[in-house]
Amino acid sequence: MTFVARTNTKTSAVRHLLALLLIVLSLGALAGGLAVWGGGSTTPRLGLDLEGGTEMVLEPVLENGQQVSAGQIDQAVDIIRQRIDANGVSEAEIATQGGKNIVVSIPGTPTTEQLDAIRKPSQLRFRPVFVQAYGDPRSTVNPPTTPTGTPTGTATGTATGTATGTGTPTATTPSTSATAQNGVVPPALSAATTPATPTATASATTPAASSAPTTTAAAPTAAETEAAVKTQVSAGLVTMGWDKAKADEAAAKVAKEYVALDCTKPGALEGVSDLKDAPMATCGADGVTKYVLGPVEIDGSEIADATSGFQPGPNGQPTSIVEVALSFNQAGAQKFADVTKRLYGLQSQPPLDQFAVVLDKSVITAPQARAVITDGRASITGSFTIDSAKQLAQQLKFGALPISFALQTSDNITPQLGEEQLRIGLLAGFIGLMLVVVYSLIQYRALGLVTVASLVVASIVTYLAVTVLGTTHGFRLTMAGVTGLIVAIGVTADSFIVYFERIRDEVRDGRPLVAAVETGWKRARRTIIAADAVNFIAAGVLYFLASANVRGFAFTLGLTTLIDLLVVILFTHPTVQLLARTKFFGGGHKWSGLDPQRLGAKEEVRYRGAGRFGPARPTTGQASGQTGTGTPAGAATPAGSSRLSQRKA
Amino acid sequence: MLNFAQVGNDLYTGKRSIDFIGRQKTWYAISGVLVILALVGIFARGLNFGIEFSGGSEFRVQGVSNSQDYEQKAQSAVGEAGIGGNVVATVVGQDTVRVQTEAASERTEEARAALAKTFGVQEGAVSASLIGPSWGETVSQQAIRGLIVFLVLVTLVMGLYFRTWKMAVSGLVALLHDLVITVGIYALFGFEITPSSMIGFLTILGYSLYDTVVVFDKVRENTAEAFATKRMTYRQAANLAVNQTLVRSINTTVVALLPIAAVLFVGFTMLGPGTLLDLSLALFIGIAVGAYSSIFIATPLLVDLRRKDKAVVDLDRYIARHGSKGTGRDALAGIHADGAPEPAVVGSDSTGAAEQPVDAAYRPLHRYAQAGPRNQPKRAPKSKR
Repeated sequence: MTFVARTNTKTSAVRHLLALLLIVLSLGALAGGLAVWGGGSTTPRLGLDLEGGTEMVLEPVLENGQQVSAGQIDQAVDIIRQRIDANGVSEAEIATQGGKNIVVSIPGTPTTEQLDAIRKPSQLRFRPVFVQAYGDPRSTVNPPTTPTGTPTGTATGTATGTATGTGTPTATTPSTSATAQNGVVPPALSAATTPATPTATASATTPAASSAPTTTAAAPTAAETEAAVKTQVSAGLVTMGWDKAKADEAAAKVAKEYVALDCTKPGALEGVSDLKDAPMATCGADGVTKYVLGPVEIDGSEIADATSGFQPGPNGQPTSIVEVALSFNQAGAQKFADVTKRLYGLQSQPPLDQFAVVLDKSVITAPQARAVITDGRASITGSFTIDSAKQLAQQLKFGALPISFALQTSDNITPQLGEEQLRIGLLAGFIGLMLVVVYSLIQYRALGLVTVASLVVASIVTYLAVTVLGTTHGFRLTMAGVTGLIVAIGVTADSFIVYFERIRDEVRDGRPLVAAVETGWKRARRTIIAADAVNFIAAGVLYFLASANVRGFAFTLGLTTLIDLLVVILFTHPTVQLLARTKFFGGGHKWSGLDPQRLGAKEEVRYRGAGRFGPARPTTGQASGQTGTGTPAGAATPAGSSRLSQRKA
Repeated sequence: MLNFAQVGNDLYTGKRSIDFIGRQKTWYAISGVLVILALVGIFARGLNFGIEFSGGSEFRVQGVSNSQDYEQKAQSAVGEAGIGGNVVATVVGQDTVRVQTEAASERTEEARAALAKTFGVQEGAVSASLIGPSWGETVSQQAIRGLIVFLVLVTLVMGLYFRTWKMAVSGLVALLHDLVITVGIYALFGFEITPSSMIGFLTILGYSLYDTVVVFDKVRENTAEAFATKRMTYRQAANLAVNQTLVRSINTTVVALLPIAAVLFVGFTMLGPGTLLDLSLALFIGIAVGAYSSIFIATPLLVDLRRKDKAVVDLDRYIARHGSKGTGRDALAGIHADGAPEPAVVGSDSTGAAEQPVDAAYRPLHRYAQAGPRNQPKRAPKSKR
């Protein structure tokens, strides 16, 4: 019976070790694979305080001083991301924290201007579109289908909406009729462009058509483009009721800006002037389209709501057309009615019948007016996907929420300081590890080597886990994280001590080592799991409660707690199980740390029958003639709730 | 240390026993004094909150070759940048000057440039941190919320794990005791409290709980045995448990403290205040106090709380009655014919300790067996009848 039991524990020990090996190897393969094919690295990703960079905590604040609700935070994050991208900062990381703050991490140091651009309140405005063009100003304003030499006279003619002789009306008509089919539904607009789906133009106006009246067929020089734009803008301004001389002046200015603007460059929007009462030259959010827009006609704060979804059909059934439904407040509705009325009248002269929705200088959409909308409830359709429509709706809603961001903290670490901190952190970790190793060797002699090996295994697993998490989840190791790892050395070694002390206790009770390991493990396991559970819960709670800069501590603490459990079950215990069978340990060598003599194993007094009592071991032999051979087998049976009651038998 | 294992053995078997439970009044008194000192520190001296709580700017100038007159230099540089108010400059590590000022929100860049110029380093070697005034409030609220959530959760865990509210209460008292003393030490020595230290404090709660779980586990095991076999009173069983886990407690505490001590040392000598030092200082103090409380406070308190329990009282009575009949100690001592030395009870006072069975962990022999071979009823020979 004893033999069978031993074989079983031996196989299970080997099996556990193999399982661990498998885990380590697959983690290693994962890390390696990610490094080779997944764009990961073979070292953990470092946080800004170890790598150098700037971390800011921003709190969104509404213009009227209100706090932003938790639901609006995601929108705020989108806004920040957009602004940072627009400022040409690469590799920025943006995260929310505590449902209230936004943490922005940027490598390097941002300039004051960049900071301001990120923090200022967002502005959503509606402006009429005068010029719309794609790509580089000098090449793509050139429309292949446009008749040559569009005279300036035509441009002035647009003021009255009587322009003739261009091919554009035919280009737009089909889509107009398409929307007319759904004409029963709330007055419809159709999106010309949206940032998410540049293809939206297909259903509305083509770029060629939209810029038709402005340009000439011959590859225009910058000067020619400028002149054409100037004419067009001036004409547009006049349609809005501007004085001709004033319009010319403003148009000349904006035309110059337009030519100088290159939307494909990052940070192009930085130099764009965004005056409420003047035309502006700017870019679309897609980074390709260029616009000249008229003065602000409706402010974003006049939007009451914006939602996205499938457009309802004539009998209220949802159709397959994705729309963004927009509604204005009373003042906004009135203005919107005026604007759509005017634009609708210009329907034959694209792009003058479009209006642009401008969020922080960048045009997020520029739909055409397809009807005069008097009730302030508009519907924008185009080739949206549900996602892009949702995004647009959210952006529109921002109009009602002019959010600015208060700088809560800004932490700037130079790369030198980061490097030094990392070096010192690693040094401290190494010293700590050595101290623990020395201590456990003194305390547990050869058994201490098991501790050392277990710590090594735990370190390998931790390293791999942190590396993999860095690639897959963007986990960055910060100073706090490093501290957590060092502190975890102690926690991990703790469980080995709990285990070893238990084994010693069992040996003291007179069990042979193999049995002592099994019983000791059964009891220690409970304590270790309980303690690790406590630590893990603690780490979890800390993670959710901690401020961003110390979160890494909680994370690594939790991670190492799990790894500790893994290592104890799959490495330490099986190793000790196997070692217990060796002569060195099992025989209780003086340096094994499990020497029964040194541990003062109990000389158990037993009833030997025939009215005689004696020690369990045949060592001192107080009671004469005792062999005591039968006892180890009895002790090998695992103890139940109370081993004392068992021995009664 | 000489023969730690031997001490461990003796403590385990009860050969050597430290009367943790019996001297509870002493421990309570010591802890009471410490807690009062801590509270005096907290309320009279006040806590030294870092700039994370009050708001302000901190600059670190690295690679300063000549740190002479650094205070004046820093003062003038900061003044040059147009930041008024108090300027605190300290040298940390070998070549880093730390300058703390009022919040320099808009003037951070100027201040960096000025500091770099004054100390003759590149602008890239100056790190700047800015903490807005409202941030501190957020951080404090977060910490307080964290503390409350943590305590509630810990109570739940304790209650679920030990399934008796008395154990949970003792554990919690020990926990609060650790927290108050740790924060008190911070107040008395004027250590700076930062969000990192706050996290450290919360982590201490976890550690303290861990220690208590280890000790209480053994207490529960021993006392369950005591109730089943009726050979020890509750307090004796509990005391034995503390003694048996003492070596383990010391070992785990030392092992937990060693790496933290390394961090503390390295951080203090080379890095100066920062996340590393703040966290490790809080943990070091907290873990040391936590180990103390799990041994000296939690278990004695548990015994005191259960003193009036019916089961405990019954057990005491049973032992008192049967112990006097010679079932316990005398009989056991008699059986140990192989010359086990008379146990030395270390530091026990007169009450209770005297009747403590020596080898409490040993199962006593049955009353009839103790007397040796059973006497068969003897009948006088017929001739003598």
